[in-house]
Amino acid sequence: MDIFLQLTVSGLSTGMIYALAAAGFVVIYKASDVINFAQGDLLLLGTYLIFFAVAQTGLPWSLGVLVTVLLAVAVALAIERLVLRPLVGEPIISMIMVTIGLSSVLRGAINAIWGPNPRAFESFLPAGDLVIGPAVLSAARVLSIPIALAVLAGLGLFFRYTRDGIAMRAIADDQQAALSMGISIPRVFGVAWGLAAASAAIGGIMLGNIVGVSPNVAAIGLRVFPVVILGGLDSIKGAVVGGAIIGLLEVYVGFYVGHGLNLVVPYLVLIMVLMVRPYGLFGKEIIERV
Amino acid sequence: MTDSAFGRRGATELNGRPDATPLLSLNNIEVLYDDVILVLRGLSLEVAEGRIAALLGSNGAGKTTTLKAISGLLYVEDGEVSDGTIVFDGEEIQGMDAHRIVEKGIFQVLEGRRVFEHLTVRENLQTGAYTRGTRRGLNAETDRVYHYFPALAERRGQLAGHLSGGEQQMLALGRALMASPRMMLLDEPSLGLAPMLVENIFEIVRRINREEGTTILLVEQNARIALSVADYGYIMEGGRVVLEGAAGELRANEDVKEFYLGLGDGGRRSYRDVKHYRRRKRWLS
Repeated sequence: MDIFLQLTVSGLSTGMIYALAAAGFVVIYKASDVINFAQGDLLLLGTYLIFFAVAQTGLPWSLGVLVTVLLAVAVALAIERLVLRPLVGEPIISMIMVTIGLSSVLRGAINAIWGPNPRAFESFLPAGDLVIGPAVLSAARVLSIPIALAVLAGLGLFFRYTRDGIAMRAIADDQQAALSMGISIPRVFGVAWGLAAASAAIGGIMLGNIVGVSPNVAAIGLRVFPVVILGGLDSIKGAVVGGAIIGLLEVYVGFYVGHGLNLVVPYLVLIMVLMVRPYGLFGKEIIERV
Repeated sequence: MTDSAFGRRGATELNGRPDATPLLSLNNIEVLYDDVILVLRGLSLEVAEGRIAALLGSNGAGKTTTLKAISGLLYVEDGEVSDGTIVFDGEEIQGMDAHRIVEKGIFQVLEGRRVFEHLTVRENLQTGAYTRGTRRGLNAETDRVYHYFPALAERRGQLAGHLSGGEQQMLALGRALMASPRMMLLDEPSLGLAPMLVENIFEIVRRINREEGTTILLVEQNARIALSVADYGYIMEGGRVVLEGAAGELRANEDVKEFYLGLGDGGRRSYRDVKHYRRRKRWLS
């Protein structure tokens, strides 16, 4: 039982990091229909930026987190402005292909700046263990769950109540009608990319604390796809639930079934969801008719 | 040109008010789609501040294109104003981004209602106020909309997709009111509505014009009701204006009666005669 609890906490904490990256993906998809293949690399960027801010620059961690998020947002705004905005009005597929290129460029740039070796990084999430009954849990992992949930709830509130959040949902509903309301599409796309980068950066910060800073984080970023396909491409709630399910599945399968299969199981889920329910758990059904 | 035959007025003798300067004027505009298809060919019209002008014509005459040329929505459909000027409040606005034009005070209500179905009634209204920026005053605006459309107040928390067609049209007008525009462009507000509701909607259009002082350019298939609320009317064919006049004059014009009001003088004719007559009497061809 204690093992099960440990696995569950571990799975949920990874799952919530997936959810943070996936939520950013959902924001961009909702606002612009663009499937952002570079979303996982924004996560990677987050881990290296926090390394840069705290370990290399020596900022206290609170300021480091702020600087990391701001830098990530700045990078995303620059990407939106310089790479994607010139493509507005072109077929969506062009933008999607560009994000694939973007993914390589980001990875290459990070490699060029920080090198291919894993970097040492002093975790600032509490390092000790939390003992609950018979289970011994890593405090950093336990803590990352409420942090992620708070950020995701913030995103949910943004969509529900703010002017730009409502505008994004309006664009998703009927782009031409949204234009006729005076909603500025470039502005909203910019906000979407900024939010996507911010939430991925927070995921990256937690990842840096828990598993360390290395180019392998990009592989974790790839889990964004099973998560959003499972949850539904256009649902923040789906990102949270999908993230939790994929995260849990990985650790359960890894422990109870055997090593190796845990790396494959997210993609098996992806294939199954696409066959059975292509719009995911919470997605809008119309998507499958595209 | 047939202008003189139908008594086209000089531009200064505007909308029945010789002294008025137009709030909006389109001067010989041409609209091209995909760089090749010419949809509007030298269209000119003017709307005086505080008035309602109707733009009538058969399908494909270019009415909707005219509205989209004004509101800037043409550009997302690969259309462009390739010649002529559109002047609003003394400033040329052709080629401007759609959101800038809304900020200047022109708000288009698209054909077919186009409410945001997955947003609530209240959220739909909030999108209408997007260009107003601040949250301050939003409640006052919303209350004003509910005052015009009490039915919407009862349904404020419901998803707009669940409203009836009439309520959706009210919501579409309500969204426009939220922006407090100086000018509304209404595209077929009667489309797909029961006659009772049509009367209702047009009564409110008239009230918005009178109480808010909003200038209105109205595109309609239903010429009878359009000319009953409008001060002035334009009739389009093949991408340009072929006839214009005060609404009363147009209602009395024999050709307009025959073509748009279904009130020919000679009693009922057989369909065959009508077809023949139509062919002969096209103003341009």
